[in-house]
Amino acid sequence: MTCHVRVHEADFDLGAEIKALRLGNPAIGAVASFIGCVRDMNEGDCVGLMYLEHYPGMTERELEKICAEASDRWEIFDTLVIHRIGELKPLDQIVCVVVTSAHRGESFSACQFIMDYLKTRAPFWKRESTPHGERWVDARTKDDAAAERWKQ
Amino acid sequence: MTIQLVFLARLRERFGVSREAFALTADIDTVAALLAALRKRGGAFAEELAEGRAFRVAVNQDVVTFDHPVHAGDEVAIFPPVTGG
Repeated sequence: MTCHVRVHEADFDLGAEIKALRLGNPAIGAVASFIGCVRDMNEGDCVGLMYLEHYPGMTERELEKICAEASDRWEIFDTLVIHRIGELKPLDQIVCVVVTSAHRGESFSACQFIMDYLKTRAPFWKRESTPHGERWVDARTKDDAAAERWKQ
Repeated sequence: MTIQLVFLARLRERFGVSREAFALTADIDTVAALLAALRKRGGAFAEELAEGRAFRVAVNQDVVTFDHPVHAGDEVAIFPPVTGG
Protein backbone atom coordinates (compact mmCIF):
# COMPACT_ATOMS: atom_id res chain seq x y z
CA MET A 1 0.00 0.00 0.00
CA THR A 2 1.39 3.35 -0.99
CA CYS A 3 -0.09 6.58 0.26
CA HIS A 4 0.49 9.75 -1.70
CA VAL A 5 -0.45 13.07 -0.11
CA ARG A 6 0.05 16.46 -1.73
CA VAL A 7 -1.04 19.89 -0.50
CA HIS A 8 -0.41 22.79 -2.88
CA GLU A 9 -1.86 25.77 -4.72
CA ALA A 10 -1.58 24.34 -8.22
CA ASP A 11 -4.47 22.61 -9.97
CA PHE A 12 -4.38 18.87 -10.69
CA ASP A 13 -5.30 16.59 -13.59
CA LEU A 14 -7.23 13.56 -12.35
CA GLY A 15 -6.67 11.62 -15.58
CA ALA A 16 -2.91 12.02 -15.35
CA GLU A 17 -2.93 11.10 -11.66
CA ILE A 18 -4.91 7.89 -12.26
CA LYS A 19 -2.65 6.96 -15.15
CA ALA A 20 0.41 7.38 -12.91
CA LEU A 21 -1.15 5.30 -10.09
CA ARG A 22 -2.08 2.44 -12.43
CA LEU A 23 1.24 2.43 -14.28
CA GLY A 24 2.68 -1.07 -14.46
CA ASN A 25 0.30 -2.64 -11.92
CA PRO A 26 -1.97 -5.19 -13.62
CA ALA A 27 -3.29 -6.33 -10.21
CA ILE A 28 -5.43 -3.17 -10.08
CA GLY A 29 -8.97 -4.03 -11.11
CA ALA A 30 -10.74 -0.97 -9.71
CA VAL A 31 -10.08 2.76 -9.38
CA ALA A 32 -12.47 4.96 -7.40
CA SER A 33 -12.05 8.71 -7.33
CA PHE A 34 -13.72 11.77 -5.86
CA ILE A 35 -13.30 15.43 -6.75
CA GLY A 36 -14.61 18.30 -4.60
CA CYS A 37 -15.17 21.65 -6.34
CA VAL A 38 -15.90 25.25 -5.33
CA ARG A 39 -19.62 26.06 -5.63
CA ASP A 40 -20.92 29.54 -6.48
CA MET A 41 -23.52 29.46 -3.67
CA ASN A 42 -23.19 28.65 0.04
CA GLU A 43 -25.71 29.26 2.84
CA GLY A 44 -27.87 31.20 0.38
CA ASP A 45 -25.14 33.67 -0.66
CA CYS A 46 -23.13 34.01 -3.86
CA VAL A 47 -19.51 33.07 -3.33
CA GLY A 48 -17.02 35.07 -5.41
CA LEU A 49 -13.71 33.85 -4.05
CA MET A 50 -12.64 31.24 -1.55
CA TYR A 51 -9.41 31.15 0.44
CA LEU A 52 -8.12 27.87 1.88
CA GLU A 53 -5.77 27.92 4.86
CA HIS A 54 -4.12 24.88 6.47
CA TYR A 55 -1.73 23.88 9.25
CA PRO A 56 1.44 22.84 7.40
CA GLY A 57 2.95 19.64 8.74
CA MET A 58 -0.11 18.49 10.66
CA THR A 59 -2.19 18.46 7.48
CA GLU A 60 0.08 16.01 5.69
CA ARG A 61 0.46 13.81 8.79
CA GLU A 62 -3.28 13.70 9.37
CA LEU A 63 -4.02 12.81 5.72
CA GLU A 64 -1.40 10.04 5.84
CA LYS A 65 -2.97 8.67 9.03
CA ILE A 66 -6.44 8.66 7.41
CA CYS A 67 -5.10 6.78 4.36
CA ALA A 68 -3.32 4.28 6.63
CA GLU A 69 -6.60 3.68 8.53
CA ALA A 70 -8.36 3.07 5.20
CA SER A 71 -5.77 0.49 4.19
CA ASP A 72 -6.17 -1.24 7.57
CA ARG A 73 -9.91 -1.57 6.93
CA TRP A 74 -9.94 -2.54 3.25
CA GLU A 75 -7.75 -4.50 0.83
CA ILE A 76 -6.50 -1.60 -1.27
CA PHE A 77 -3.30 -0.84 -3.21
CA ASP A 78 -2.73 2.90 -3.48
CA THR A 79 -4.32 6.02 -2.09
CA LEU A 80 -3.82 9.54 -3.40
CA VAL A 81 -5.07 12.72 -1.76
CA ILE A 82 -4.45 16.13 -3.33
CA HIS A 83 -5.81 19.18 -1.53
CA ARG A 84 -5.39 22.69 -2.88
CA ILE A 85 -4.75 25.75 -0.71
CA GLY A 86 -4.75 29.51 -1.28
CA GLU A 87 -7.18 31.43 -3.41
CA LEU A 88 -9.83 29.49 -5.36
CA LYS A 89 -12.94 30.51 -7.26
CA PRO A 90 -16.21 28.80 -8.25
CA LEU A 91 -15.67 25.91 -10.71
CA ASP A 92 -12.14 25.31 -9.37
CA GLN A 93 -11.21 21.86 -8.12
CA ILE A 94 -10.40 21.80 -4.37
CA VAL A 95 -9.62 18.21 -3.50
CA CYS A 96 -9.28 14.78 -5.03
CA VAL A 97 -9.11 11.31 -3.51
CA VAL A 98 -8.16 8.26 -5.58
CA VAL A 99 -8.05 4.66 -4.36
CA THR A 100 -7.00 1.55 -6.29
CA SER A 101 -7.84 -2.04 -5.43
CA ALA A 102 -8.45 -5.44 -7.04
CA HIS A 103 -12.25 -5.17 -6.76
CA ARG A 104 -14.62 -2.22 -6.76
CA GLY A 105 -16.20 -2.52 -3.31
CA GLU A 106 -12.96 -1.80 -1.46
CA SER A 107 -12.10 1.25 -3.60
CA PHE A 108 -15.60 2.73 -3.32
CA SER A 109 -15.72 2.36 0.46
CA ALA A 110 -12.15 3.50 1.12
CA CYS A 111 -12.59 6.58 -1.09
CA GLN A 112 -15.71 7.65 0.80
CA PHE A 113 -14.11 6.89 4.17
CA ILE A 114 -11.04 9.00 3.36
CA MET A 115 -13.18 11.91 2.21
CA ASP A 116 -15.50 11.74 5.26
CA TYR A 117 -12.52 11.71 7.64
CA LEU A 118 -10.71 14.44 5.71
CA LYS A 119 -13.74 16.72 6.17
CA THR A 120 -13.68 16.34 9.96
CA ARG A 121 -10.00 15.76 10.81
CA ALA A 122 -7.65 17.38 8.29
CA PRO A 123 -6.74 20.91 9.42
CA PHE A 124 -8.04 23.01 6.53
CA TRP A 125 -10.24 26.09 6.84
CA LYS A 126 -12.26 27.92 4.19
CA ARG A 127 -12.88 31.65 4.12
CA GLU A 128 -15.29 32.87 1.47
CA SER A 129 -16.07 36.26 -0.06
CA THR A 130 -19.77 37.02 -0.48
CA PRO A 131 -21.65 40.25 -1.32
CA HIS A 132 -21.92 40.74 2.50
CA GLY A 133 -18.14 40.56 2.98
CA GLU A 134 -15.67 37.88 3.99
CA ARG A 135 -16.56 35.06 6.38
CA TRP A 136 -15.05 31.86 7.70
CA VAL A 137 -17.10 28.80 6.80
CA ASP A 138 -18.61 27.05 9.83
CA ALA A 139 -18.13 23.33 10.40
CA ARG A 140 -21.25 21.31 9.56
CA THR A 141 -22.77 18.72 11.87
CA LYS A 142 -23.68 16.71 8.74
CA ASP A 143 -19.95 16.17 8.16
CA ASP A 144 -19.47 14.90 11.72
CA ALA A 145 -22.36 12.47 11.22
CA ALA A 146 -20.83 11.23 7.94
CA ALA A 147 -17.52 10.45 9.67
CA GLU A 148 -19.27 8.97 12.71
CA ARG A 149 -21.06 6.26 10.75
CA TRP A 150 -17.72 4.54 9.93
CA LYS A 151 -17.27 3.86 13.65
CA GLN A 152 -20.34 1.60 13.78
CA MET B 1 10.51 26.56 29.81
CA THR B 2 8.57 27.85 26.84
CA ILE B 3 6.11 26.40 24.35
CA GLN B 4 5.18 27.60 20.89
CA LEU B 5 1.56 28.66 20.54
CA VAL B 6 0.05 28.50 17.06
CA PHE B 7 -3.31 30.10 16.21
CA LEU B 8 -5.02 29.31 12.92
CA ALA B 9 -7.80 30.57 10.65
CA ARG B 10 -10.52 32.59 12.39
CA LEU B 11 -8.77 32.40 15.77
CA ARG B 12 -5.53 33.76 14.26
CA GLU B 13 -7.50 36.74 12.96
CA ARG B 14 -9.37 37.27 16.25
CA PHE B 15 -6.19 37.12 18.37
CA GLY B 16 -4.14 39.13 15.87
CA VAL B 17 -1.20 36.72 16.15
CA SER B 18 -0.29 33.51 14.33
CA ARG B 19 2.55 32.24 16.50
CA GLU B 20 4.06 33.19 19.86
CA ALA B 21 6.48 31.86 22.45
CA PHE B 22 4.65 31.27 25.74
CA ALA B 23 6.51 30.93 29.06
CA LEU B 24 5.25 27.97 31.10
CA THR B 25 4.87 28.35 34.85
CA ALA B 26 4.81 25.39 37.26
CA ASP B 27 1.00 25.41 37.46
CA ILE B 28 0.55 25.16 33.68
CA ASP B 29 1.03 21.45 33.05
CA THR B 30 -2.07 20.56 30.99
CA VAL B 31 -3.98 21.97 28.02
CA ALA B 32 -6.81 22.91 30.41
CA ALA B 33 -4.43 24.95 32.61
CA LEU B 34 -2.95 26.62 29.52
CA LEU B 35 -6.42 27.57 28.28
CA ALA B 36 -7.27 29.02 31.71
CA ALA B 37 -4.10 31.15 31.56
CA LEU B 38 -4.93 32.37 28.06
CA ARG B 39 -8.50 33.27 29.09
CA LYS B 40 -7.06 35.54 31.79
CA ARG B 41 -5.73 37.78 29.01
CA GLY B 42 -9.36 38.83 28.51
CA GLY B 43 -10.75 40.25 25.27
CA ALA B 44 -10.86 37.89 22.29
CA PHE B 45 -8.96 35.19 24.24
CA ALA B 46 -11.56 35.09 27.03
CA GLU B 47 -14.38 35.16 24.51
CA GLU B 48 -13.17 32.60 21.96
CA LEU B 49 -11.68 30.13 24.46
CA ALA B 50 -14.63 30.26 26.87
CA GLU B 51 -15.94 26.86 27.94
CA GLY B 52 -18.52 25.56 25.53
CA ARG B 53 -17.03 27.39 22.51
CA ALA B 54 -16.09 25.14 19.58
CA PHE B 55 -12.33 24.96 19.12
CA ARG B 56 -9.69 22.24 18.93
CA VAL B 57 -6.24 21.91 20.47
CA ALA B 58 -3.33 19.99 18.92
CA VAL B 59 -0.13 19.25 20.84
CA ASN B 60 2.80 18.55 18.53
CA GLN B 61 0.30 18.28 15.66
CA ASP B 62 -1.99 15.67 17.23
CA VAL B 63 -5.48 16.70 18.33
CA VAL B 64 -5.78 16.08 22.08
CA THR B 65 -8.30 16.34 24.90
CA PHE B 66 -7.90 19.11 27.45
CA ASP B 67 -6.41 16.82 30.11
CA HIS B 68 -3.38 16.23 27.85
CA PRO B 69 -0.04 17.29 29.43
CA VAL B 70 1.94 20.26 28.16
CA HIS B 71 5.74 20.22 28.34
CA ALA B 72 8.47 22.74 27.52
CA GLY B 73 9.27 22.64 23.81
CA ASP B 74 5.78 21.56 22.76
CA GLU B 75 3.97 23.16 19.85
CA VAL B 76 0.39 23.83 20.94
CA ALA B 77 -2.04 24.83 18.19
CA ILE B 78 -5.53 26.17 18.84
CA PHE B 79 -7.95 26.31 15.92
CA PRO B 80 -11.64 26.25 14.93
CA PRO B 81 -13.36 23.03 13.82
CA VAL B 82 -11.98 22.16 10.36
CA THR B 83 -13.82 22.95 7.11
CA GLY B 84 -11.71 21.56 4.26
CA GLY B 85 -12.61 19.28 1.40
